[in-house]
Amino acid sequence: MPSVDSCRPNPEELLRKVQADERRESRGRLKVFLGYASRVGKSFRMFDEGRRRKERGQDVVVAALQTGATPEIQEILKNLEVIPAIPTKHAGRDYFPMDMSALFRRHPQVCLIDGLAYDNPPGSRNPHRWQDVSELLDRGIAVITAVNLQYICEQQDAVERITGKRAANSIPAAFLQEADEIEVVDAPPDTLVDRTGSNVKIDSRRLAELRELALLLAADVVDCQLQEYLDAHGVAARWGAQERILVCLTSRSNAADMLRSGQRNKLRFHGALLAAYVEQPDLPARDRELLDQHLALAREMGAEVHGLKGGDFVDAILAFAREQRITQLFLGHTGRPGRAWLARSPIDRLIDAAEDFDVRLFPHGSSL
Amino acid sequence: MSVKGKLKVYLGYAAGVGKTYRMLDEAQELKQKGVDIVIGYFEPHGRKETIAKTEGLEVVPRRVLTYNGSPFEEMDTNAVIRRKPAVALVDEFAHTNVPGAERVKRWQDVHAILAAGIDVLTTMNVQHLESLNDQVFHATGIRVRETVPDWVVDEADELVFVDLTPRALRNRLERGVVYSQEKARRAMENFFTESNLTALREMALRHTAHEVEEKLDAEDAAAAVSAESLGEPANGAQAARRTERILICLTGRPSSAVLIRRGKRVADYIHADCLAVHVGDPTHDGEAVERHMSFARNLRIDTHVIVVEGGDVSGAIANFARTHGVTQIFMGRSSPLPWWKRYRETVVQQLVRQARDMQITIVAERRR
Repeated sequence: MPSVDSCRPNPEELLRKVQADERRESRGRLKVFLGYASRVGKSFRMFDEGRRRKERGQDVVVAALQTGATPEIQEILKNLEVIPAIPTKHAGRDYFPMDMSALFRRHPQVCLIDGLAYDNPPGSRNPHRWQDVSELLDRGIAVITAVNLQYICEQQDAVERITGKRAANSIPAAFLQEADEIEVVDAPPDTLVDRTGSNVKIDSRRLAELRELALLLAADVVDCQLQEYLDAHGVAARWGAQERILVCLTSRSNAADMLRSGQRNKLRFHGALLAAYVEQPDLPARDRELLDQHLALAREMGAEVHGLKGGDFVDAILAFAREQRITQLFLGHTGRPGRAWLARSPIDRLIDAAEDFDVRLFPHGSSL
Repeated sequence: MSVKGKLKVYLGYAAGVGKTYRMLDEAQELKQKGVDIVIGYFEPHGRKETIAKTEGLEVVPRRVLTYNGSPFEEMDTNAVIRRKPAVALVDEFAHTNVPGAERVKRWQDVHAILAAGIDVLTTMNVQHLESLNDQVFHATGIRVRETVPDWVVDEADELVFVDLTPRALRNRLERGVVYSQEKARRAMENFFTESNLTALREMALRHTAHEVEEKLDAEDAAAAVSAESLGEPANGAQAARRTERILICLTGRPSSAVLIRRGKRVADYIHADCLAVHVGDPTHDGEAVERHMSFARNLRIDTHVIVVEGGDVSGAIANFARTHGVTQIFMGRSSPLPWWKRYRETVVQQLVRQARDMQITIVAERRR
């Protein structure tokens, strides 16, 4: 079971990080334009950036084009050098893989690559175009590329649920996470819907759902970038834009209510749900059993469960909440009915110390 | 009677991301299609590319108002309405008019234009959203004074997120595209730091995703209502809506503003009703309480005042919550009592003890 300790970077992790940083320095920069559907204008934005960079004196070439370029894109292409693809026929299908050797020889500063999720014909240097891109980056060539949400592997189930379709080719989300920059190309669905079609209403609804998915994906990527930046610059974790909910469980908690509310908040805010308990070696068997049931329920409801070491309940919870950038902490009301003279209850102490997160107290026993 | 115009908002995360440019781009497109479009207000900021985009667009001259002996230019809302185009462009939605103008806020001017049956395109940055005020302060250290209530933006027919990566934005600043060199240098050291920009960008992405989801939910709700009126059983998910009621206990203390924003934000996200109550002696702290009450009403929160003589504040809150079907009470932290008064309880402690059958959320002040 993960404990607090596992959240701190260990020496190997730090070494990996340093090595990754070193690699990144010599590597070309990757910029990805992300759209939620075709026709939002990703390709145009990408080529337009290429145009502007060329005007500012950078050495820019086009390495991959898609068919059906709009007149606006064709206008830009007039002023850009294109390294033509190698037309290849395989099993009756036409393929247009990038000419990698020509690109290596030409070695521009910046490569524009449309259609990142392209699969190369069998027998190519790499099966997938994103792997070609990786090689270009390794050789210090910067790449600007464009991709649609439906091609991101980890999003394909969700996309299929919305559209009923699944693209055959895909790129791993990790490739996107490693990009130096991701820019979202947003447009209201209404501008994309085929007004002449018969399913205008359904189409615009689907597009809206895809749009939400793309925005949230980008927000998650940006959140990771922010944390990396703050870590790298030694800035203490801050209250982020993402809601992070921590449910504190004891054997006496009304775990079902707390977790249900936590799950609801997680869904509504597109946040994270964590559950934690403080390890107590001398817990009576009956309580141990209850706690285990609560933890099983937490896992079932998609919470990330953490066992906290440390004698004092309040101190352990506070440290964990800060480290995890918690924004909402769920806790059961104290079971003790009276109030000891001058003694402050654990809840009082938690509330007094909770400067960065809300504390939500839940009644014991089911409220249903 | 004319039909209300449609509102489209270009949302960015900082000055210089290209909101106005995108808006003008659309204006040019509309004009080419023969739409009668005028500029109601445009803020050039001396940006060449943006100014070039206004070419050929009709501009309604601004109005000059004198305040403290100096002339100020504002949008001439009445002239825009008299001109009655199909579409009006109004830059900087969150702007506060100079005292003496007919309306306090530009978004109120926009409402007047919409009411006259004119569509409006407008721009704003995410940090001006009321509900994000504390989060923006926490992430950037800047307390934004010009805010727009969330419902005003929720009511927009379309919201478009205008993205640019923080790196590209900082490049623009360096090149002097956004501000003059000297101003740009200062901006980059203060507000336009990479971490600030990244945090704001994440907020803008999440907010746009939230707005997209809210629109989809509203469609579902409308569909459920029409299904019900046709005698079909209501969708279970819809029946479950609005069962949560959040009660915000506000006081005259300055932290009540944070409490109100937080309570309303949570209520909006989980689709809960939102009430606010002040329990106490209105002659005490009357002015500050009234200010917070009016702030809450501006955010469309249903407000109540309960006068208690004798001082059982927590009892009155618990009673109000029970009689109004409240499921969650939101309170600020009571200031800790000096140690020699610790034998007494704070209002929070009293309520926590008295209302162990209720969910109580104690909201953090989130100072930096």
